[in-house]
Amino acid sequence: MLLVGSLVFWAAAGANCGWTKTRVPTKITDAVTGLEGVQWQSKFVPGVDFLGAAGVGAAALASVSFLFRKTKAIHPSKP
Amino acid sequence: MKTKLTILTLLTAAGVVLAAPQTFDFKDPKGVNNAGFKLDAPLEAINGNASGVSGTVTFDPADPGATKGKIVVATSSLMLPNPMQRQHMLSDKWLDAAKNPEISFEAKEFKNVQTTGDTTTADVTGTFTVKGVSKDITVPVKLTYLKDKLGDRLPNQKGDLLVIRANFMIKRSDFNINPGQFNDKVAEDIEIQLSIAGASPK
Repeated sequence: MLLVGSLVFWAAAGANCGWTKTRVPTKITDAVTGLEGVQWQSKFVPGVDFLGAAGVGAAALASVSFLFRKTKAIHPSKP
Repeated sequence: MKTKLTILTLLTAAGVVLAAPQTFDFKDPKGVNNAGFKLDAPLEAINGNASGVSGTVTFDPADPGATKGKIVVATSSLMLPNPMQRQHMLSDKWLDAAKNPEISFEAKEFKNVQTTGDTTTADVTGTFTVKGVSKDITVPVKLTYLKDKLGDRLPNQKGDLLVIRANFMIKRSDFNINPGQFNDKVAEDIEIQLSIAGASPK
């Protein structure tokens, strides 16, 4: 579930194949000089490291789940 | 005769004043001035930008080839989209921003100067300093002189603008930035794109 959820979130955020970004550049143009500047805006864009962390987290949860497996109830044998 | 001489002297003086070089301040209150940098290594591309631009340039519209000045970029203003990458870049292992707070270029000599209207192109030789290492490099630049345009950009101010654009490449090994290391992830060639405007108020 964690892995699938992370994949969906990563894909919905633009499927960024680089590192996770916490700010993105936005171009601004000065009308008088014609210069193009850059303004940085805070935005979380998950990258491949985010997917990796989600994979590790999912694997860890799966491993832990084996430790807490439900033991089969022992039914008394019918006479 | 005396009157003619006085008029001639006054006209000459006025001519000298009119032809005087202007000083342009590149601290931009609008925050548009910036220096972009791009490294394209086989495994990783790094695209960033610096906005902490300052410095002054002395420019004479009648003699663009005599332009002199120094442009400074605050090392701490270098930005990358990934915060950890930025932290590494500014750390003592790479640019050591704490000890080297400025990246600068000081123009010394203009060659191949060509002026068409308000636009001048030239090859500028100057001293480029990064991480405390200075090296003379030659950079192609384009200067655009915008007379009386300061008021259009900054209301209530009168004066001229000087726009400087330059694209050039440096090698990080020339400036002792981890020479020969991590070349697969951090390219040896650093492409720099300077887009700045300076103001000369009247």
